[in-house]
Formats: sequence, structure tokens, C-alpha cells
Amino acid sequence: MSDDLINITVDGKQLQARKGQMLIEVTDAAGIEIPRFCYHKKLSVAANCRMCLVEVEKAPKPLPACATPVMPDMVVKTTSELAAGAQQGTMEFLLINHPLDCPICDQGGECELQDVAMGYGNSSSDYVETKRVVMDKNIGPLISTELTRCIHCTRCVRFGEEIAGIRELGATGRGENMRIGTYIAKSVDSELSGNVIDLCPVGALTAKPSRFSARSWELTQHSTVSPHDSVGSNLFVHVGNGSVTRAVPRENEAINETWISDRDRFSYEGLYTDDRISSPMLRIDGELKPVDWQTALSATAKALSDAVEKSGPKSIAALGSAQSTLEEQYLLQKLMRALGSNNVDHRLTQIDYSDQQLAPVMPWLGMALEDLENLNAALLIGSNVRKEQPLAALRLRKASLKGASISFINPRVYPMNFDTASNIGASPREQLLHLLAVAVACGCQDELVTRIASEATVDDNHRAIADHLKSADNAAVLLGNSSVMHPDYASVRALASCIASATGAVFGYLPEGGNTAGAWLAGCVPHRTAGGVATETVGLNAAQMLDAPLETLVLMGVEPRYEQINSALARKQIANATTIIISTHLSRHAVDHADVVLPSAAFTETSGTFVNAVGAWQMFNGAAAPPGEGRPGWKILRVLGNELNLDGFDFNDVTAVRGELKTLCRELTLDNTYSADAIELPEPNTNGHELIRCGDLPAYKSDMLVRRARSLQKTVDARQNVVALNSVDLQALGLEENAVVSVQQDDSTVMLKVAQDDGVPAGCAWLPIGSTDVAGFGSLFQPVTLVPGS
Amino acid sequence: MSAATGNNGVLNAHTLEEIDEWLQRYPADQKQSAVLAALRAAQHQNNGFLTVELMDAVADKLEMSKIAVYEVASFYSMYETKPVGKHCVAICTNISCMLMGSDTIVNHVENKYGIKLGESTADGKIYLKVEEECLAGCDGGPMMQVDHVYHMKLTPEKVDKILDSLD
Ligand code: SF4
Ligand code: FES
Ligand code: FES
Repeated sequence: MSDDLINITVDGKQLQARKGQMLIEVTDAAGIEIPRFCYHKKLSVAANCRMCLVEVEKAPKPLPACATPVMPDMVVKTTSELAAGAQQGTMEFLLINHPLDCPICDQGGECELQDVAMGYGNSSSDYVETKRVVMDKNIGPLISTELTRCIHCTRCVRFGEEIAGIRELGATGRGENMRIGTYIAKSVDSELSGNVIDLCPVGALTAKPSRFSARSWELTQHSTVSPHDSVGSNLFVHVGNGSVTRAVPRENEAINETWISDRDRFSYEGLYTDDRISSPMLRIDGELKPVDWQTALSATAKALSDAVEKSGPKSIAALGSAQSTLEEQYLLQKLMRALGSNNVDHRLTQIDYSDQQLAPVMPWLGMALEDLENLNAALLIGSNVRKEQPLAALRLRKASLKGASISFINPRVYPMNFDTASNIGASPREQLLHLLAVAVACGCQDELVTRIASEATVDDNHRAIADHLKSADNAAVLLGNSSVMHPDYASVRALASCIASATGAVFGYLPEGGNTAGAWLAGCVPHRTAGGVATETVGLNAAQMLDAPLETLVLMGVEPRYEQINSALARKQIANATTIIISTHLSRHAVDHADVVLPSAAFTETSGTFVNAVGAWQMFNGAAAPPGEGRPGWKILRVLGNELNLDGFDFNDVTAVRGELKTLCRELTLDNTYSADAIELPEPNTNGHELIRCGDLPAYKSDMLVRRARSLQKTVDARQNVVALNSVDLQALGLEENAVVSVQQDDSTVMLKVAQDDGVPAGCAWLPIGSTDVAGFGSLFQPVTLVPGS
Repeated sequence: MSAATGNNGVLNAHTLEEIDEWLQRYPADQKQSAVLAALRAAQHQNNGFLTVELMDAVADKLEMSKIAVYEVASFYSMYETKPVGKHCVAICTNISCMLMGSDTIVNHVENKYGIKLGESTADGKIYLKVEEECLAGCDGGPMMQVDHVYHMKLTPEKVDKILDSLD
């Protein structure tokens, strides 16, 4: 290793560097400042801006530090007359075509061009001729363009090509006519597109949702963690006038590197909507009326204790959220259990709970996030990782670029931003058959598999997946969001674990929500209390709660009509039971049916903890106050505990709550070992003409904040009001693309447009949950009928 | 990834054949090397200019992202990305030709057709291309390139003869 180290001198300082490093990497590490625009440590070297010119002894002219490899005994001067002159000259040329419209530019105050011009440029320019102007294009709801300001560093272009894996922006034309854009009228649709806003060193690409709303120096910056996916991206939120104005990445190499997804960046918009609750409410004479906290809390306590008294503790139930903090989840289940009920769950999208006793103490990735990059082979099951955990997908993409074979067995073909070995989309039953075929191809000797092996049709794809997993040094079998939603989740999990053991692959999970893992640790499941301790009796799971005879139902941070597989049932149950809502927002339906409403603090408004896919407990504090009388969820639950005279609810602060849970989790080790006890293959669908409704919970419909984030809802990924069919089914039904059909299931009907999409398996009608058009409509994975509309 | 190779008949058999021939000269995983030749063939097929549809078809054929093809097509002046007349008349106006009187030639042609450099005649026959570079025919200046043929030592009369003989 030390052979690779060489000595160089920069500005009189002795520095050590690794051979082959670029000069700028060495000076950056040593804290020596060199101006730059096009260089970015995560992108390839373009060396097109020439801002980083420095003097290198024995070189006849200044050299760009970003593209000059270090040499033994190199002597560099970054501030000499030659270097400074070169930098000044570059700056003058860069500004020739820049409009200098800083007073009306959103980037003003946090602009690299402004800063570098101040530090290294001249105070005046000799250039008096006209400047070039670029007509702006609309590239979608998230990014504003002002391309007259562009200095052609191509960071945005390289980001798309090298990191996001989808090349949408380019530099067309040449010379003075060169411009950054999409060339044709088109929106930029990558789930990571917002990162170009941070990368752009000038104000050419800025955040559309927060445009013109604040000056950077008026904002205060607060650290937080994203609630939306299990990567747990680290964020800064910027707060002005008491409200969150934007979210940007907080660098954490082990978690999100320097990036965040668009969902993490723009979900804050959902905080401020018309249906945000600002005061406690109580149903009085059939109408929901604002009341004071004490009245609302007493009513809640009474609804719970009356129900327990009248019909026993089994008549109360609570649904928690995978986006709530660990402390909220912990206190919610503690409250329910103190009242004698195990009816508490957070797994709203799950159908099959039959193997829940075999589940790990918390679903975890089975490795560090960084290790995803070193996989040589992976099989992801029921995972649209690109949209659901975009930062994990970036790591898989790096592995793929290094030659890893990554395959998918999914409910439909999800396009990925990297090359896949096999990308299979199949109906629920077919997915099991594919998994079985892979298990057989792996030579799995488990009796559960061999017993039904004859059902499998092993083809080359299955054999290739098996071979890749077996021959790889680092292999993984990962379960994603949609596998949890599978009607036979237990069999999916059993087959996946068989494949993993037969191939020596790591068996892991990509948990869905920002705090799904936390919900397990906190005991927000009906069969285990905090710390994963099995309960004596098993309570109702989220699906059973829908048609159990409940007196009182507590909903904390969830909207079952959007998040549960059987939306029709969820709707009925909320209408029937006495419903207590502890939430940030209240949909129209909830207004009609809630009995007590307690306004809670949202993400960015409360202190708490999220546990991510690798089991990291990430703590954060509130950044802004909740509107009106909203209170942090953990405080609401603490006071409720006191109101009900329950023991163990005297916490002084959130740290005490966390501390109590931490003690309960002290002994835990993460372990995904799964000993399958059954694999069931469902009967084939004999009614050949029947369409089965299939779907997932799309990333931009994942939780109540995201569903309300205006700009995200305008993106292509948030599309709704469509039912997508394979072209074969479309033809068989004699339907044209864009035709209006009425989709029917039992007594639910909804009018939708038809889309042709060959990623959807034959026999399936792709109609995901989560959007307003299907709220209250039937259930996933049940037959639907399509009737052409008028 | 845009790995689709669907061409939907946008590129004709002759163009595809030509692209395939170029593809043989490059490693299989570097199909984009053939982009210049492919665009030239596609432009030829379409009487001298490219459309987005053609560029998209080239992108699919070479497994490139579409924007990367637009970048190439918009960078090189030998590709036309707007509709132009069938015959491309490029009068060199670079330094040697200018000294030899290319202005007179340009004026003559502009008056002859009533259009300016960069425009095409209404009947779609003639396109007066703005030639930005020296065409390396300085020894015969003033000169012009009509379609792919060089014509040297031009006079207005000579130009008339050449242009009038175009079909
Ligand atoms: S838009 Fe911004 S990031 Fe993209 S090339 Fe221009 S200055 Fe660079
Ligand atoms: S930063 Fe080195 S040339 Fe742009
Ligand atoms: S200047 Fe006209 S050919 Fe060179």
C-alpha cells in the first residue's frame, strides 16, 4: 500500500497522495481550496470549465487540478500570480454569456458562480457586446430552467448518464448555440432528477416548487431523516417563517451518499395543504367540531375504556404507520397492550400473515447498504427498487455496471435504471412458479420444494438466475415491497429463503417505509411486543381488523382506504367503528366518519427516531412547529396513557421513551434466518377469461404526506385514473388504448382510461392502490370486469 | 434502458443495411461508434434532413439514449435537423473564397432564388446552406459544394449553369 503513496508539495505544504489521484482530490482532502465548476467528486472528470487552473512547477502553462494526476515530488502553487491570473481569465470568460441577473435568481446567496466570481474574479469585465439568450423549456413539475445562466459544466448531463442511469438532459448544438435541455419537448422523469438542482453550480436549474419563495440567507437549516423509504436518507430541511421551504441532501456516505430521491426532496409540500388539521375535533350532534385538547383527550380515553368495559379489550384496535417515529409506534402499542389488547399492527399492505411467527425480529437488508455495490449476483423478489428505494437502486446499479447479474421476479415488469439479467413480471401464482423453478434449478433439496418440484417448468432464465447466485462470491436474495403484498407472502418468503440457502446467498429485505423496521422493534405487530418478545395471545392483524366487530379503532398516521389492499372493507370499517384519528391530515372520507381527531406533528415537526433497513437508529429533532394546536404524537399518547390511568406513561421527554425501548432491544441481534414450514401453490385460475386486478402501492402514493405533495403528484410516476392491460388482453377485449371503461368488482365500480402496457402480465388488470380514483374501490388480487364505457 | 430495437419501418431497408455494414467495423458493445454514419444514411433516405422520428430510430438501432443522438445531430453542421430543400447548395464564404469574391456568388444566388442563406426555395428544390467552415478547396476559390460535388473557380454564369441543370 505504501508503495502507492507519493509526496507532493502544494502551496509549500507537504502532502501525501495515492498514485493516480487527481490533484483536486488531494487538495480537497487537505482543505486547500481550489475553485471549480465542472468537477464533482461523484461524477467523471470533464475538465471543461477550466476554473481549477493551478501552477505546477516545470509545466509550461497552468494545469486543471481536476484532470491532473499527481506525480512524485510535484510542486503546485494554487495562488501564485500565474494561477490567480489564469483563474481570473477563466472567470471573465465564463461570465461573458452569463446574464448576471443575481437579484432575480433563486440561486442568489448560495451560488457557486457568485462565490467563485467574488473570490477569484475581477470586479469588472471588458466585455460589452450582446450576450446570448436561451429560450427556456418546461422540463416538468420539479425543475425550473433558466438556461441563459448555464455555464455548460455538464454536471447535470453526467449525473443522468453516470448516476441516475437515464440520460434525459443533453448538450445540443455547439459553440455559442450549445444548450442544455431535452431537445424535444419532454419532462425529466427520473426519480432522482432533483439532484441536478444541487449539482448545478449556477441558477440554471432550480427547484420549481420552492422557486421565488425565500432567499437562502433567510432560512435556517435543520438536520432530519426521510420517512419515506427504508434507506433513511439524511436530509437538511430549510425553514423560513416557521415552515419548511425545501429539503436537500445531508451527505452520509454509508446511507445516501450525496443524493436524495425526488420523493424525499419534494414531499414537504404535503405538509401544507387544506386538509391539514390544526385543532382537536370531536363529533358532536353528528358533526365534527373543533374542541380543546382536554375535551378531545377525555373523549378518546372514554371511547377506549367504554369499549373495553362493554365488549372487552378485543373490541379495540390500532393501526400505526411505517412513517411514524419509533417512539410513537412504541407508545401506541404500549397503550393498546396496557388496555389488554394485542390488536395493533402497521402492516397495512399485507394479505398473508400466516408465517408471521417465523418472521425476523425486524426485516433487515442482511448487509450494509454499501455492500449492495459489491454484489456479483442478486435476485430481487417483488421489488420496484428503483422507485421504492432509489438510493439502494443506485448501489445496485453500481454493482451492475461492475458486471453483477441482477434479476427480478415481480408482479409486473418494472423498468430499471441498470441492465438486468432477467426481469420477469408475472401474476401472483406465476411468480411462485418462477420462484419454484429457480429453487429447483438451484438444486434445493428442501423437502418443501422437492415435494412440489414437478409443478415447476425450469427454463434457461431460471437456470441462469440459479447459476449466477451460486457462482457469485457475493450474492443476495432480497424481498421488496410487493412481496409483502403477495397473496401468498409466506410461500414467497419460504421459496426465497430456500433459494438463498441453496445458493449461499444472503437473504435480506428491503423494508417498505422509513420506519418499517422500527415498527417491528417497537412491537407494533399483534404477535410481538417491543423488542420482539412473543405475546401470549395473538391479536388481530391489519387485514383482520377490517372485518372484525370492533367498537373502537385508533388510526395513527394512516389512511387505510389508500393503504390497505381491500379498500372497500377499510371504508366500511371506518364508517362502522368509533374511529379515533391521530393524524396530520384528514381526508374528506375521514371527516365524514371520524369520531375524535387529534392533530399530530408531522415529519420535520417532531423529535424521534427512524430505524432503516440496516438497523441504524437515526435520531432527529423537530425543525418547524406543527400548525395550530398540533402536538408531537408521542406526547399525545403519553397524555392518553395518563388520562387512562395506565402505568408507565410518565416520560419527561422523547429520549426517555427511546431509552426504554432501547433497553428492551438491548439483546437483539439481526438475523434473517427463516425456517420455512409450508409452501402452498394456489390453484390455477380456471376461468380463462377472467382478469385479476393486480397492483402495488406506487412510490408517489406511499404515505399521506407524499399523496398530498402537489408537485410530485404532477409527475409521470404519480399517474392515476388508468387501468393498464397487456396488448393481448386489450385485443381480446376489443378495447382501444385510452378508451374509457367501467371497472367493476363486487359492488364497486370506477370509470378509468385504458392504457396498453406490455409490462403487465397477461390476465392481469394493473390497477394499483393508493390513489384517489380507487379509494374505496374493491380489493387487489381479486377478479375484475371491464365494461366499455359510453 | 432503451434497449428496444423496434424500428417500426422508420429506417428503410437500404439505410438499415448501410448501418449494419458500419456496425461490423466496431466491437459489438460499442454500437454508438456508428452514429455518424447512421445519421448520414438516415438523412440521405429522407432527402437531406433528419426528423426526430429518424433520430429516435437510429437511437434504438444503436442502443443509445435518444438525447445522445440529438446531441450528435445538432452538433455537426453536416446534419440538418429542420426540413430543407432537396439539393444542398453550400457556397464557401471562408477566408480564401471570400478574398476571391464569394460575396458576389452569394448575392447572385440569393437574388436568383429570392431567398437568403439558410433558407430553402418554396418548391423545396434548393437549400442554400450556411457553410461555416472552409471546404478545403481554397485553390479553386470561390467554390461551392452542391450535394456532394465540388465546383471550383465560380462565376455567376457558371453557377447558373450548374444550378439550372439540377432536377
Ligand atoms: S444547467 Fe447547470 S449543471 Fe447543467 S451544464 Fe448548465 S450550469 Fe452545468
Ligand atoms: S473543475 Fe477542473 S476544469 Fe472544471
Ligand atoms: S476558404 Fe473556401 S474552400 Fe477554403
